[in-house]
This record gives sequence, structure tokens and C-alpha cells, in this order.
Amino acid sequence: MRITCPYCGERDIREFTYRGHALAIARPAPDAGEAAWDDYLHLRDNPAGATQDLWHHGPCGAWVIVDRDTVTHEVAGSKAVAEVKR
Amino acid sequence: MRYSGFQIFKQGLTGNSGWKPVWRDPTPKPEYDIIIIGGGGHGLATAHYLAKEHGLTNVAVLEKGYLGGGNVGRNTTIVRANYALPGNSEFYSHSLKLWEGLEGDLNYNVMHSQRGVINLFHSDGQRDYAARRGNAMINQGDDAILLDREGVRKHLPYLDFDNARFPIYGGLFHPRGGSARHDAVAWGLARAADSRGVDLIQNCEVTGIDIEGGRVTGVQTTRGAIRAKKVGIVVAGRSGQVAAMAGMRLPIESHILQAFVTEGLKPVIDHVVTFGMGHFYISQSDKGGLVFGGDLDFYASYAARGNLPMAEHVMEAAMALMPMIGKAQLLRSWGGIMDMTPDGSPIIDRTPIEGLYIDCGWCYGGFKAVPGSGFAFAHLIAQDRPHESATKYRLDRFRTGVGLMDEEGTGSQHNLH
Ligand SMILES: Cc1cc2nc3c(=O)[nH]c(=O)nc-3n(C[C@H](O)[C@H](O)[C@H](O)COP(=O)(O)OP(=O)(O)OC[C@H]3O[C@@H](n4cnc5c(N)ncnc54)[C@H](O)[C@@H]3O)c2cc1C
Ligand SMILES: [Zn+2]
Repeated sequence: MRITCPYCGERDIREFTYRGHALAIARPAPDAGEAAWDDYLHLRDNPAGATQDLWHHGPCGAWVIVDRDTVTHEVAGSKAVAEVKR
Repeated sequence: MRYSGFQIFKQGLTGNSGWKPVWRDPTPKPEYDIIIIGGGGHGLATAHYLAKEHGLTNVAVLEKGYLGGGNVGRNTTIVRANYALPGNSEFYSHSLKLWEGLEGDLNYNVMHSQRGVINLFHSDGQRDYAARRGNAMINQGDDAILLDREGVRKHLPYLDFDNARFPIYGGLFHPRGGSARHDAVAWGLARAADSRGVDLIQNCEVTGIDIEGGRVTGVQTTRGAIRAKKVGIVVAGRSGQVAAMAGMRLPIESHILQAFVTEGLKPVIDHVVTFGMGHFYISQSDKGGLVFGGDLDFYASYAARGNLPMAEHVMEAAMALMPMIGKAQLLRSWGGIMDMTPDGSPIIDRTPIEGLYIDCGWCYGGFKAVPGSGFAFAHLIAQDRPHESATKYRLDRFRTGVGLMDEEGTGSQHNLH
């Protein structure tokens, strides 16, 4: 598996750290309630197939959203979190 | 047929013509009292104990592939009861006791071998933790011996004791720990459940769960609809998908764990040895292959194979710990799909749907749990209350934050275990 960092280009997977499903960037409001926080912290769709996950690129420090297939390990694309969430 | 030394002798004299298939291949009935989804170790054990302990035999196990084709036939077969936290301690202690009687119970040789597990440590802090864990094991009624460096050397003279990064300070020895033949466990449980009348239905994938008025009424499968009064989900890495059929999201992410085996060698490693700091553990199978593994690849995956960086990491750790195996040729590597929970501990519980139960979240440690989990899940399904060995495996503990069991102390969060 190789991942493209939006800043550094295509790199070895060893340079990246996986940080779970990309829903991690959609943090609920502090007062959103127990159900919203349970959804965010614990519950997962856990798809077999297309997914979006969050990776951290160690060398440059970028947070990257990666479109990936959990069955084939194919990486379809990636974008910087900074571009999605300002 | 009852298996015995006499049978082997008799069959040997009669051209081995008397061995028969050990379970039937039934067509699904339109309705059962209980359906178990998943014919892995846990599903088969559940069926066995439903029949044996509760007299419930109008039961079907539905397996999408073949019996034993999932993680139960892909793991590295370590069986132990060396947990430290209440909840896990009593459960794994009970499971190990069931292991100790399993061969007699099943009339099947599962090659359970209590050769001893040694967990190595490499610092004063780790020694303190090993002592504490050993005390927790002893308090639970299990066995633990704290070995110093020379004590480890007596058992494992071949280790690199003076490794620059992780010199060996000692080890926590669990003599009743060991291994078993994984396929035999699945086959023995299947044979026992079948002989009591349980229908084991292979090539039967569950594609839907029928619910009416908040109550489960049956399942849809690739071999047609089957009605049931109660349904148990025990599908390990596929828990998320099957639970989704009942409209549930689980606190589970599926990850890949790899394992490796070398060519057969003469007996060289007598124990199960774990090198936690290097993420490496090893034992030798009765065929002679060195069976070893390491950590998860650490990304969500349903591929039953991993990537090379983790393979490389495991080999490096192996060489750091026991350079003597460096010339062994690697025969195969493979992966299995692990149902990871945020705290690294499992779930055996009811669901919000009446009559629907779930047993999942075994992470990378569910082989040793096979009898314990089957026993507890059968009890829950039959009696609608948890067995005393598994009262803490609640589905709602993540939402409430009450009763989390984070053995590694890394935090109850996905991707940390
Ligand atoms: C490489 C590796 C090493 C491991 N090492 C150890 C170890 O040393 N010690 C230890 O204790 N544990 C270990 N484990 C973990 C252990 O193997 C698992 O936790 C345990 O086997 C999971 O339970 P199971 O046997 O019921 O799973 P499985 O055998 O995976 O059973 C689940 C079954 O459900 C079926 N299924 C899925 N979806 C459906 C559907 N829709 N309809 C019908 N059937 C379905 C699957 O086909 C499968 O057969 C290891 C795992 C791996 C992969
Ligand atoms: Zn980068």
C-alpha cells in the first residue's frame, strides 16, 4: 500500500500513521449529547469495501484523508484535511 | 463412533475402511429454536454447549463458507489465562479450565499442549507490572511464576540476553498456558454438536435478519429464509456487516493480523515465548514449523493478507530476540480479520432487539476464548442472563464508560490495541 500525501507525493506506507475512520474530523459539539458522542468515539460502519480514513504523514506533519478499499487495499485518492476543513 | 486407541487398532487391521464422515450435511429446516450465525470456533462451541449444557438441540449453525475456514483455522493457537483485570480474569480462567477438560468432553484429540507461556520483560518498570499481573493471576486461582534473568535462561538458553535495545531482565511464566491444534478444535466441536442433533449448515451465508415489532423472527440466507425464535451473531471479523442487517452499528473496527510459519525443524522451541516490546511471539508446532506473529498491520482491512512492512518488522524482532532462527526458511504467511473493540476486550450480550444476541470483539485473542465464549454465549441465549464468568462483557460499556477493560492501559479508543 502506498499513499499520496498532497504535499509530498506518493510515499511508502511506513511514513504514515493510521488514525481511524475519517469521521474523526467531524467532531460533535461539546453539548451534542451522549448518542452523538458515542457515535463519534465508538460506533463504526466498518465497511468491507470503499472507506475514507485519516492518516498522519510523519515527515511533513500533514493530516490526510485517504479513499481506500478495505478488501483490495487499493488507494483511490487522497486530500489534505486542511483543504476540507478550514 | 467413539474414538479410542482400540478403534485405531481395529481400523488399522481392517484397512481403515470403517472411518465415516464425522458430521452430517443437512438441508436447512424451515424453522429452528435457535440459529447461530457463524461456524467458527465460537459459533461451534456455542452450539456444543447449547446441546450439552442446556439440552437445546433444535439448533442450526449457519456458515457462509466451510467450518473452520475463518480465524479459528488461521490463528497462532496460543491458549492462556494470564489477564489482569476483573472481567477478563474470571472469564479466561474459566475458559482455560474448559480447555483442560475439552478432549475428554469432545472425545477428540485437539492436541492441547500445556507447554508453558513465558512473557519476557526488559526493564524494572516492566518487571513491576509482570509481578502485579502474576499476582492477579494467582488471586484468580491460576498459575504464575516470576522468573529472573537466570530463571529465563534455564528455560530459553537460546535468546539474545544482552540485546542492546531490549536486554532480558526476566519473564512471567504461566506453566498452564500453551497451544492446541486449531483445526482440530473446530472439527471436534462440530462433531460433538452434530452428534447431539445440531444442524451444521455450510455454504449458507446470512444475508438478512428478519425483525418484527422489535423481535427477531428469523434470517434470510443464500439457501432461503429460515425462521428462528432466537438468533446469535458470532461472526468475528464480519460482525459489523451482520449487525448492520439488524440495523445496528457496533463499537468495532475490523483489522488485519498476520502470521508466519517456517519449514519443519527439529524440536527447538519448547514453550510459547512472547516479546512484547518487539511485537513478536513464537511457538513450534508439533509438525516442527515455527509459528510466529506480531502486531496488527494497524489499518482497517477485510483482506485476509497483510502488507510487507509488518512482515519485515516481525522478522526484525525475531532476529533481535533469537538470532538462531535466522536461517530457517519461511514457508507461508497469511492474515485474518480481527474484530477490534476500543478497549481491546470482547462483548457477549443481548442486543436492543428481542431474541437477538451478539458475541464479538475478540480482537486478536479469541482462540483461547473458544470454549469459554461458547459456554457463556450458550448460557446467555438459553437462560436470557449472562453466565457468571462473563457478566462484564457488556455492549453498552463504551457509551456509559462504566466497566471498560483496557488490559494494555493505552486508553479506550479505536486503533490503540
Ligand atoms: C493471525 C492470527 C493469529 C491469532 N493468534 C491467536 C492466538 O495465538 N491466540 C488466541 O487466543 N487468538 C488468536 N487469534 C484470534 C482468534 O483466531 C479469533 O479471535 C477467533 O478465532 C475468532 O472467533 P471464531 O473462531 O468464531 O472466528 P471465525 O473462525 O472467523 O468464525 C466466524 C465465522 O463466521 C462466518 N461468517 C461471517 N459472515 C457470515 C454470514 N453473513 N453468514 C454466515 N456465516 C458468516 C465466517 O465465514 C467464519 O467462519 C489470532 C487470529 C489471527 C488472524
Ligand atoms: Zn507529506
